[in-house]
This record gives sequence, C-alpha cells and structure tokens, in this order.
Amino acid sequence: MSDALDLLWTASLWAAVLRIATPLIFGTLGALLCERAGVLNLGIEGIMTMGAMVGWLTVHLGGDLWTGLLAAALAGAALGLLHAALTVPLGLSQHVSGLGITLFGSALAYYLYRLLVEVGDLPPTIEPFQAIRVPVLSDLPFLGPVLFSQAAPTYLALLCAGVLAFVLARTPLGLALRMTGENPHAVEAQGLNPVRLRVGAVVAGSALMGLGGAFLTTAAFNSFFPTMVQGRGWICIALVVFASWRPGRALLGALLFALFDAWQLRLQQAVPGVPYQLFLMAPYLLSILALVLVARRARVPEALMVPYRRGER
Amino acid sequence: MRLERRTHVPLAAAALAPLAAVGLALLLAAGLIAAAGVSPLAAYAELLRGALGSRLALTETLARATPLILTGLAAAVAFRARVWNIGAEGQFYGGALLTAWAGHALLAGGPPVLGVPALLLLGMAAGALLLLGPVALRLSLGVDEVVTTLLLNFAVLLFVGLMIEGPLRDPLAFGWPQSVPVASDLRLPDLVPRSRLHVGLLVALAAAALVWAVNARTVWGAETRAAGLNPRAAAFAGVSLPRTLLGVAALSGGLAGLGGATEVLGVTGSVTTNLSPGFGTAGIVVAMLAGLHPAGVVASAVFLATVFVGADAMSRATEVPSFIADVIMSASLLAMVVALLLVTHRVAR
Repeated sequence: MSDALDLLWTASLWAAVLRIATPLIFGTLGALLCERAGVLNLGIEGIMTMGAMVGWLTVHLGGDLWTGLLAAALAGAALGLLHAALTVPLGLSQHVSGLGITLFGSALAYYLYRLLVEVGDLPPTIEPFQAIRVPVLSDLPFLGPVLFSQAAPTYLALLCAGVLAFVLARTPLGLALRMTGENPHAVEAQGLNPVRLRVGAVVAGSALMGLGGAFLTTAAFNSFFPTMVQGRGWICIALVVFASWRPGRALLGALLFALFDAWQLRLQQAVPGVPYQLFLMAPYLLSILALVLVARRARVPEALMVPYRRGER
Repeated sequence: MRLERRTHVPLAAAALAPLAAVGLALLLAAGLIAAAGVSPLAAYAELLRGALGSRLALTETLARATPLILTGLAAAVAFRARVWNIGAEGQFYGGALLTAWAGHALLAGGPPVLGVPALLLLGMAAGALLLLGPVALRLSLGVDEVVTTLLLNFAVLLFVGLMIEGPLRDPLAFGWPQSVPVASDLRLPDLVPRSRLHVGLLVALAAAALVWAVNARTVWGAETRAAGLNPRAAAFAGVSLPRTLLGVAALSGGLAGLGGATEVLGVTGSVTTNLSPGFGTAGIVVAMLAGLHPAGVVASAVFLATVFVGADAMSRATEVPSFIADVIMSASLLAMVVALLLVTHRVAR
C-alpha cells in the first residue's frame, strides 16, 4: 500500500498528469464554452475522433504538426457548425443532434482514414510533437520535468484555459455569451443576436474539441486507430458539470482526473494480481461519482438546452 | 423567416420523412463511394445482393435485425418519455452476461420449457437494473442520465471482459477469451436450418407488438407519453412522475437486456467482448428513423441490418471500406431529425 502512495511523489507521474490532462482540458473547455452559451454538445466524442484523424492525416500527408492542429480545429469547427445549424436556428433536440454528430463524425473519420491511408499490419506512424525543454527551468528538480518539459500543445491548452476564463469573466463578449446561456431574450433586448452568439460559441468550442482529439494522434501517440478516443469526450461532458461550468475549475477537474488516471496506470504494474479491467473501469465510475457528488450544488446555465426562437417564450 | 408549427400534419408527409432522410443519406454516401473510385450504382447493387440476394443473405440480414429491433424498442420506449437512455449497449451486454452465466450454471439441466423463459427474464432484469440506477439518480439528485448511461457502457464492457477472462472464462475455448457456454438444450432453436436466424426474431416481433399495445391501449402508455411531452402538466394531472419514469427505465433497459439474452441464446451461445458491433448505439438510430413507433422500429431495424450486412459484402467485392454503413446510418439520423421538423413545422415569412 505504501508503494502505491509512494508512486504519487514521482516526477514522472506528475509529468504524465499534464500530458494525460491535455486532451481533456481542450475538450472540457470546448464543451464548457458551448454550454455557457446554452447548447449541449454531445457531438464531442465524434468531433474529437475527427480531430484526431484529420490532425494525424495532415501530418502524414506532409503537413507540419501545427498545420495538423489547425486542420483538426477546422474539422472540429465544421462539425460544430453542423450541430449549431441543427440546434440553434432549427431548434432541434440537442441530445439527438449531438449523438448524430458523434456517430457521423466517427463514421466519416474511420471511412476517410481507411480510404486515404494504406494500412498494413501496423498503422502507419508520424513524428509527433516532442517535449520542449525550457532552458534552465527544465533542469529544476521535480518542477523541471513536470512543468517545463511538456509538448507544445500542452502549453497551448493551459493558455486556452486562461484565455477562456478571462474572456468569459472579464469581457463584453463573455458577458453576452454567458447571458445567452442564461436568458437569450435579455440578450435580444440588448440589441445583440443570440443566434449568432450561440452558433459562434458552438463553432469555437468544437474547434477546441478538435484540438483535443488531435493531441492524441500528434503528441500522446503517433498513429490513428478507430475507437482511440475511448469515451474521453463523455468524460469531458461530465467534467463540465463537475466544474460547475467554470473554466478554472474545469482545468482543475481535468488535472485531478488525469492524476487519478496516471496513478491507476502505474498501480496496474505495481499491484499485480488485480485484474487490469478494474483499473480501467475506475475513470468511468469516478466520473459518475463526481456527477453524483456535485449534483446538489450544480448551477446549470438557465437556458441550457432551451431552444431560442425570437418572440417565443 | 421562421418556423411555425403546423396545425395539421399530413399523414403522407409523416410517412415520407424517413424515406427522404434515407434517400439523402444514400446520396451523401454515394459521393463518398465515388471518392473511393467505385461506381455508386454498382456498389449499391452489390450491397443489395449481399444483404437480400440469396436465402443465406436474407437469413443473415434478419438475424442482424433481431437485436436491432430490441435495442430500437429500448430507445423508442425511453425517448417517448424523454428518458435519454444512451446505455443500451451496456444493458445489452449486461443481459448477455447474466444469461450466459445462468444458462451455464444455474439453470442447466432443468426443463427447457421453464429454463428458456427464465433466462430471457434474467437478461431483461440485468438490463433493467443497469438503467434503473441512472434514472433513479436523475429523479433523486438531478444527475443527467445521458452522461451516466454513456459512461456505464464503457464500465459494463470492461466488467464483461473481467468476467470472461476470470471467473466466467470458458476453460475449453482456445484463443480469444469467451464466457462459459449456455447448456445446449437451453439454446433458442433456429428458424431456418443451417442459418444464424433463430426464434429470437419472433421474440423481438412479439416485443414490438407488446410495446405497441402498451403504448396505444393502456393508461400507463398514455402516462409515459404525457410524462415525456410535458412533465409538469402530467404531474398536475395526477401522473406520478418517479413511478412512471422508473417503469419506463425498467422496460427500456429490459428490452435492451432481452436483446443481449436472445443474441447469446440464439446465435453465439456464449459472451465475448465483440458480441455487439454497436447494437445499442444503432438502436437509437432505429428508434429515431421509426419516429419512435414500434412498427416503424421493425422496419427501420431491417433497413439498417440490410445496410450493415450488405456493406460487409460490398467492401469484400469493391474497394469501399465497410465503415460506409456507419456513415449511412449516422447521416440518416441527422437527415431524419430535419425531415421530422419539416413535417411538423412549416416555413413562414
């Protein structure tokens, strides 16, 4: 048992935390942005799958890694636009549309991958993002490997969390977005267009989800394979609730979750004799537990999942 | 330009909506097939031949439709009452696993006349329990059942893996881990000899008829619909929302569990972690294409089974990846929700 706890104090574990958290940070921020504007985006799982495929494919076809991320964000935004078109101006069920986007995004990603990529016995690989060793700082004991030797997109994710927190809390745009999620009629009364705000939020949020998917194939691994997103999108949806729809807490939630995930991965090796499936089940059950724990205190945006139609109440 | 609810929905339009949606999806897929350098017409001909072109193909398609009818009914029953059961995949596996264990250990050696119905009921119970939990959490604490049922799918599948590599592992099976087999006299008989089509199809059809009768002919059926359309008004009219929704959860989860049970008893005889190629998720599409109507569920399950079985044959004969079936399925779903909107609303200036 003490071995299991000792694992918690190794730098390699904490370095893994940031790495594992990165796709969750992107995905959770994206889902949070959509939901703060009033749109639940269950397309996340498919959008992350599409982002993972497009990001990887772009690099595989000769683009550089940053072009890959950009392409993944654009692919995510495109699927987000489809979700937004169905749920905002048309006011269709956000549940059904989101699940449809997830199925469609995954199916299209798998189809295009099989069509465009020659897969032999092993999936082809690319040269992924390498850890940036920040001069001087990366030589610090413990903090060096944990904070200053990560792949570049990890820093981008942290930056996104900061930017989103600032925009939502401190700018007129953020106020308008939050108001759209609480009371779109009041937004309309201010002379703003809630439809445009919602569409914009879903498109931008979906671009972030696409980045989260791309991190998996361009930094965490170096190849793409079906079902690789493994429910991370759904975990992000749970993390948004856990975070009470706040970017800072979303970041914290993603890190906590990743800490647990990194720990259980190491426990699998340190504690022999326990079936590995028990460890793998833990993240999903933990997410459900987190939802149950915060359920009473959750402050859901008032107008989440309420379609907005002008002049209708 | 805005949308206005129609006062009168023409029946023809409602019936045409799924056809239009499927047509649009097939058109989109035709573009993707052409991108693979294959003529869409030739590919679709191959698909139809592969799914319906021979006696064997036909039985295979109907065998594939059987679990889809049951998971489709599971989604239709739940969605009608606005219970978002996205966990049919997990409930399917839950039913399958309990059935396999009971059919090997508990009920083997007993009279099949009692054993088979008991196994089907056990499968239903396992599925029902897996949905009752999330719905109870929603009713008591307001936890969204979409996320809990989605996450449970992963947990249940891992649990199945745990059991069939551990306590329930078949010691006589070589290669991939699989569960202990159901006693052979407890298996569902084949409908057509030397095929995978089994009596489970009749079970699924009976379930569809039963769901239709409950929906259309019982007070409870009316209460579930009321609870879905307007919970507050339903509660005001004296419908007990918790009791109604828990009943819906038991029925919906039970139907998905029954799907797992019939698949084990009819087709495989044991459980593996690839027992279901996404029957649970496909059930959602089945239900939506059917407009949540039980008779429609049967039709759309047969349609999707045709697409899946046919696409396998198509991808063997041409260069088109079999994932085209998933594209057709998901595009049909998205097109269907738009088509339904156009049926119930009209564009006003």
